[in-house]
Amino acid sequence: MKTFVCIKYVPDTSEAEVKLNPDGLTVDDSRFSFDINDADNYAVEESVQIKEAQGGEVTVLSIGPKKSEVMIRMALAKGCDKAMRVEDERMYGHDPLMVAKVLAGAIKGQEFDLVLTGCMASDDWHMSTGVALAEELGVNHASMVNKVEVLDGKVKVNRELEGGLLESVEVELPAVLTIQTGINEPRYAPIKGIRMAQKKELNVVSLDDIGVDPAAVGADASGIELEKLYIPEVVSTAEYLEGEPEEKAEKLATILHKGGLL
Amino acid sequence: MGNVLVLAEHRQGALRDVSFEMLAVAPKLAEGMGGEAVVLLFGSGMDDLAKKIVNYGVKVMVVDDPVFENFNAEIYQQALSALLDDLKPKVFMTGHTAQGVDFMPALAIEKKLPLVADAVGLAFEDGKVKATRQLYSGKLNAVVAFKEADTYLVTFREGAVEAPDPSSAGSVEKVDSPVKEEVSYRKFVEYIEAEVGDVDITQSDILVAIGRGLKEDKNLPLVEDLAAAIKADIAGSRAATDAGWIPHDRQVGTSGKAVKPKLYIAMGISGAFQHLAGMKGAKTIVAINKDPEAPIFSVADYAIVDDMFKVVPKLTEKLKELKG
Repeated sequence: MKTFVCIKYVPDTSEAEVKLNPDGLTVDDSRFSFDINDADNYAVEESVQIKEAQGGEVTVLSIGPKKSEVMIRMALAKGCDKAMRVEDERMYGHDPLMVAKVLAGAIKGQEFDLVLTGCMASDDWHMSTGVALAEELGVNHASMVNKVEVLDGKVKVNRELEGGLLESVEVELPAVLTIQTGINEPRYAPIKGIRMAQKKELNVVSLDDIGVDPAAVGADASGIELEKLYIPEVVSTAEYLEGEPEEKAEKLATILHKGGLL
Repeated sequence: MGNVLVLAEHRQGALRDVSFEMLAVAPKLAEGMGGEAVVLLFGSGMDDLAKKIVNYGVKVMVVDDPVFENFNAEIYQQALSALLDDLKPKVFMTGHTAQGVDFMPALAIEKKLPLVADAVGLAFEDGKVKATRQLYSGKLNAVVAFKEADTYLVTFREGAVEAPDPSSAGSVEKVDSPVKEEVSYRKFVEYIEAEVGDVDITQSDILVAIGRGLKEDKNLPLVEDLAAAIKADIAGSRAATDAGWIPHDRQVGTSGKAVKPKLYIAMGISGAFQHLAGMKGAKTIVAINKDPEAPIFSVADYAIVDDMFKVVPKLTEKLKELKG
């Protein structure tokens, strides 16, 4: 089984304050910590588990800056075999269709049975790249997958629908699967793996190297244009309880108790 | 003419909420472009569902074909590819759901059409169709404009707007199925219903809910103590389920359950829209989170901006005291 796993280096904004740069079209990301996108982390684990069960090889593919190599090495430490990093400022990153074309360019011409990637990036929430990538590669796909069973020449997967309902689907290989969080328990990289990862192949390529015409994936090629960014107001009608943690707890306990909420 | 074509979504015999919600957006958008909103319905034996939509004053086009019995992205793409050529809508939209996200990006690539995914707003302004969408855990909004193209593709977030009330009677038209090719490379096998656990959180009066802020499972006793003190059941966000702190059937949100308890205490939950969609119907909501920007505060009745590890033990202690 030859697998590509596509991963993205994203800022953790779950507890960070988001501020715009003066241009109004970019975010000040200087104070964010970056790491692998959550769903991609599960995709890495799934690809390694499939390799351990079926044999084969896993190639990590990522588009991102030099500093994202820390993340790529971590995926290699967990058992992926080699990696390719595309770095090119000319790609229009706001449009997942452009991103998919670049990923497809990096994969085309190489043999593969599976391409795994997270079903959603936690920074821009498109949920589009993986399915677009499948079409670019001319292969089958299934999105929002939370179980993979490898059969002869095909995979049987569970897709997560709404309300806890699942859908079991069979897809012939080769195929792109977008992986949902919670599908497995992502491992920690073993010390030995971290050492070995430093020696594994990590190719850095540009659009020209992978035969992608920069004009075909740039801002002008995209059918959408980011017009503005703004911080939405959190409109809250809540009663904010103030004071030291202990005082806040007391106030809340009193409200719950006296208000007959318990 | 700028028509807006809406693909209604249904599953197991019922229309999904997003199908109605899009009717709060599509007619207005079409009007701005001098066109009309048309609803497309794929399925087999769709008369009852068509009747429900036609009361919203729109034209409903029904494509009745047994191949649509269960959703298959490849068949949907095949049908939509042909229908977009025929109908030439200015905008084609469907829900940003497990169904919508499974075919729309592929359709965009095939037809070389622009796509905006997960739109929460859609308007015609300055001669352009513009979509509003969210980034960065809902802390940032983006306005994205479509450049000129034959058709703009949009997946629209479920729960982003309220469904309108039914208005006047529209019309129903049957359309021949454009599906010509059998699809053998992707097959629907079956639905798998959610597992049933020991507690049905949709029936709970009080829920204590945890999220990513719990950090690790060794902190669970903190929550269990509070729950025991007030006879609450424990629920949580997707992050809590993914981490294995609570079973799947205790997950609140779009991919889990919608709950309406009398009291919902959210601790260490930032409140992604998927979670809010499942709990904003609770009668009273308490949110404890150290991030003042957390979207959970937008639905809270009582808010504590602080570290849950400092607040919760004291809260439990005080509640025990008050109960005597």
